[in-house]
Amino acid sequence: MNIQELIEKLEEEIEEVEKGTLTPSTNIRNIDWWSSMHALVIIALVDIEYNVQVSGKDLKEIQTIQDLYDLIVKKS
Amino acid sequence: MGFIDVEGIQIKGVSTVVPKQVVYNKNYELLTLSEREMLIKTTGIKQRRVANKSTTTSDLAIEAANHLFDKIDWIRTEIDLLVFVTQSRDYYLPSTAVISQHKLGLSTSCIAFDIGLGCSGYVYGLSIIASMLKSGNLKKAILLAGDVSTISCNYNDKSAYPLFGDAGSATFIEKTNKKNKWSFDLNSDGSGEDAIKITDGGTRNLPSEDSFILKQFEGGIQRNGFNLALNGIDIFNFSVTTVPKSIKNFLTIKATDIDSIDYFVMHQANLIMNETIRKKLKLEPEKVPYSLAEYGNTSSASIPLTMALVESLKTNTVKLLLSGFGVGLSWGNALLENDAIPHLLINDYSHD
Repeated sequence: MNIQELIEKLEEEIEEVEKGTLTPSTNIRNIDWWSSMHALVIIALVDIEYNVQVSGKDLKEIQTIQDLYDLIVKKS
Repeated sequence: MGFIDVEGIQIKGVSTVVPKQVVYNKNYELLTLSEREMLIKTTGIKQRRVANKSTTTSDLAIEAANHLFDKIDWIRTEIDLLVFVTQSRDYYLPSTAVISQHKLGLSTSCIAFDIGLGCSGYVYGLSIIASMLKSGNLKKAILLAGDVSTISCNYNDKSAYPLFGDAGSATFIEKTNKKNKWSFDLNSDGSGEDAIKITDGGTRNLPSEDSFILKQFEGGIQRNGFNLALNGIDIFNFSVTTVPKSIKNFLTIKATDIDSIDYFVMHQANLIMNETIRKKLKLEPEKVPYSLAEYGNTSSASIPLTMALVESLKTNTVKLLLSGFGVGLSWGNALLENDAIPHLLINDYSHD
């Protein structure tokens, strides 16, 4: 797994995102489309693709895609 | 481990009654238009049935049972057992099952009691009935299951309000000489009591003036002490981790290949959660029916309501995998071999 693979999966899963617009430093909370529903989409994606469970507490600490990636690496 | 195995128990009919009033999530004014679209896409819930304030779960479930009495040649006084699964009972006391015994015209020798479970309740109810039929000198039983959850959800709580619908169900269950097998796997984890909760109105927090005060929560959410509070992410993580793991374990212990299952009928929580569970179990979409789009999360009525949408159950002998999971936390799985169930009914409530 690398971070580019995670970014591609996120871009594929979240309709509102245009391909090639996300970077490791993208702050997912500052994006217009961010909602609690997107949080569930991301949790489901990470669970199915990486078999890693992102808790509500984890999610509060995640700001950027790099943070999310680091969490997946730490928990896998 | 909470496993139960019985032989020769059969479901004879499944009937659900829903309120007439339809509420559409596309009209939910607390969300922007694009948020509403996202909500519908993610939860899979387009619309829900909402009960009038004067309609109780037992009104719906009793009518559901009466529809089955019209179709199946069961004599009311022959019913040995009535179990009512609900978390929206008519009164603090007496038990809603006992009131329903009288309203349905069942014999006073009928065993009747309530079970206070939600999303897992249908599986629990089936297991209790199957066990009692098998061990006692009993032959015919009725399982009533459902909730009017919408009365507990605050319109200003976007984390709960758009998810729930109301429904009451009745399932007729009989002991036979057949060799078909039913197995159950039942579980509980009270450490998750706060994941879905109505805090006030029980004896821990007696109803008080404070219970009625609207409180503010993160994300502009407002609710009072009598409203249902739902921690979506905790419930999501529990459902997509613990539930598939327990199902896989259950199937291994029962030496059952997942491909031998004809239908997997899950509690209808929300689409993204249920689909995550389905994908983890590697089940084809054709085997996993949904009632979410039209009815939302109908608590313990969601499994019988969804079963009624599977036409082939009316004509085929099947092996079903059922799974109910949620409030408690409580979860249960069932493997049921059952003959064709000709009477699978969904009707609108006649008094709306």
